[in-house]
Amino acid sequence: MSNNVAIAGVGISKFGELWDKNLRDITLEAGMYAIFDAGVPGADIDGMVIGNMSAGRFTGQEHLGALAVDMGGLGDIPAYSVEAACASGGAAVRQAYMAIKSGEHDVMLVLGSEKMSDVNQTEAMNTISVASDWEWEGMFGATFPALYAFMARRHMMEYGTTEEQLALPTVKNHANAVHNEIAQFQRAVPIEVVMKSGLLADPLRILHSAPITDGAAGLVICRADLVKKYTDTPIYIESSEQRSDTLALHDRKSITTLDAVVSSTKAALHEAGLELKDIDVLELHDSFSIGEIIITEDVGIAKKGEGGKALEEGITEIGGKFPVNTSGGLKARGHPVGATGVAQIVELCLQLRGEADKRQVDGAEKGLAVNIGGTGATSIVHILGR
Amino acid sequence: MVGIVGYGVYVPRYRIKTTDIAEVWGDFSGSIGKGLGVFEKSVPGPDEDVATISVEAARNAVKRAQIDPRDIEAVYVGSESHPYAVKPTGTMVAEAIGCTHDMTCADLEFACKAGTAGIQMCMGLVKSKMIKIGLAIGSDTAQGRPGDALEYSAAAGGAAYLIGSKNPLATIEETVSFTTDTPDFWRREGEDYPSHGARFTGEPAYFRHVEAGAKSLLKKTKTTIDDYDYFVFHSPNGKFPVAMGAQLGVPKEKLEDSLVVRQIGNTYSGSAMMALARVLDLAKPGSKIFVVAYGSGAGSDAFSITVEDAIEDRRGEVPTVDDYVERKTYVDYATYAKFRRKIKALG
Repeated sequence: MSNNVAIAGVGISKFGELWDKNLRDITLEAGMYAIFDAGVPGADIDGMVIGNMSAGRFTGQEHLGALAVDMGGLGDIPAYSVEAACASGGAAVRQAYMAIKSGEHDVMLVLGSEKMSDVNQTEAMNTISVASDWEWEGMFGATFPALYAFMARRHMMEYGTTEEQLALPTVKNHANAVHNEIAQFQRAVPIEVVMKSGLLADPLRILHSAPITDGAAGLVICRADLVKKYTDTPIYIESSEQRSDTLALHDRKSITTLDAVVSSTKAALHEAGLELKDIDVLELHDSFSIGEIIITEDVGIAKKGEGGKALEEGITEIGGKFPVNTSGGLKARGHPVGATGVAQIVELCLQLRGEADKRQVDGAEKGLAVNIGGTGATSIVHILGR
Repeated sequence: MVGIVGYGVYVPRYRIKTTDIAEVWGDFSGSIGKGLGVFEKSVPGPDEDVATISVEAARNAVKRAQIDPRDIEAVYVGSESHPYAVKPTGTMVAEAIGCTHDMTCADLEFACKAGTAGIQMCMGLVKSKMIKIGLAIGSDTAQGRPGDALEYSAAAGGAAYLIGSKNPLATIEETVSFTTDTPDFWRREGEDYPSHGARFTGEPAYFRHVEAGAKSLLKKTKTTIDDYDYFVFHSPNGKFPVAMGAQLGVPKEKLEDSLVVRQIGNTYSGSAMMALARVLDLAKPGSKIFVVAYGSGAGSDAFSITVEDAIEDRRGEVPTVDDYVERKTYVDYATYAKFRRKIKALG
């Protein structure tokens, strides 16, 4: 276990279609909330990393590190953005974690931000699609709904996963989001509505898919020996692991197992000196409901092929053995791609601090987040403990 | 007092069911039309355009008003599908209905509310005694890109209102507008179909402007929702006006009579004026009507209207909105595509 790095404060903006706010507004909001929550003097922050996938295409603005430091009045500290598609947020957390662990930095601000609603839906879809293998997938019209539909169809064929089971992550995550005031969709959705929603790419429907979202999230992380100076409720990053897989789905030996998720989860548990049974709450990357089913299997909550069954049995509900996506997940909290990985860590911190109100998992001590990029070519796993 | 001295409408006879449109685009559940609250939409025939629709509506208005068309001294036609980019529709209408040449005329455009802007302009001219009677028309053959959500609602129709001060069948007590620069829906010169900001057309556009217009009118007239018997909101679909009513606390039964959009679709510049005409067809003298028109871009025009005794004498002479709604011939998607010149190879 590595108790070198701690989280002193968290912040998050409202998630949704924020017509009245721009990229700067939401980024500043999340950063300021995190700094206020940590109670850290601005002068103590000596570095900043921001996770963002494509502000250049979504808003016409790049160079977000300098932008955020400037907007935040953080002086001349080093700052940069990192990109790993939908895992950009997780990558930012990991970069800052490594920078502190290396001894180079003491206190850092980590942000994740994406403003997606400034472009039309077609442009948003095209922008996200470049996170696939453009030459072999995207260019031929294999959008993410299409790629995940291949995975879903194959999962149904190999393991008998049903359309009812495909709808369950959505039903559960929406029910959780009812109690999350920053969530994009704070409303329950009955299974019949999910199953009758419009088809995107058979068998995937609109309500199996995470939405287009504007939002930002932030963390103040620091050397563990400094954290008590700032907060009485420190959360420790017990491990941070990352693995890669083939960029294109068709190059994998199986499209119903995400190898990078399997190996990064194993490594993270090993690094933290924990077993899965020690984990009390999880945030798993549910950009499509089949994604949550597959990752539920790949982290070890269910055997391969039985992710849908685990959902049916309520194992991953709040009150179940392994509560997954208490925040509402990408589906209902919303999925501002570059912010998602950071938002997952914010949710785990609230859970471990006992501040998750009506969605609180009683006595949660350890949390695990899986943030993936594309169809799983990048997988970043963080384990937190209090 | 200034008011409506006559009104008339026109709706082309052809209809297409939204389920037929949905099937062409692969939605067999019928959920799109149902979700929008639009079940059928009117389709203009191959020889119909905004000029012919406007003439039909204006003729009905003149007949109902029992006026001499030579007393009309201003003609304004609001539309976003004028047949010519340069050359007024209004002059064709004025000549066709027998106006004199000693009058002013212009075409207007403000997305779906250019017709009500015309009513406001006529009110000003009548009130200032520059003219005796003005004609304001809202009329469209709306364009929806094949396969786009707009295709389920973009319809054709028009409504004409004669505004004057002598013997009105309904008086307009007050009007207010609320206007911002909000790009929710647009079509550039030379483009066949409009673009829109999807859900951006809702909350920050339609709902913000209609609500602001409604509240401003209530404040200016020192009235409340309870003071009105009927409500009319611009109806881009069947869902938005109902949601707006719920948001403002309007009882459903006070809105129901205006929802012609369900049977004929969104007639754009004709929308709120057509819905108002339906209410005028039914309302008893003394009834109070609250109208808010909306135009993308964006703005709203709100009106407080009282129905006068004279209205009863003017009924029965010209077709009602319902007469036109019920007069229909269904066409299939292929015929609709031909009529709307969506088949490009035909030119």
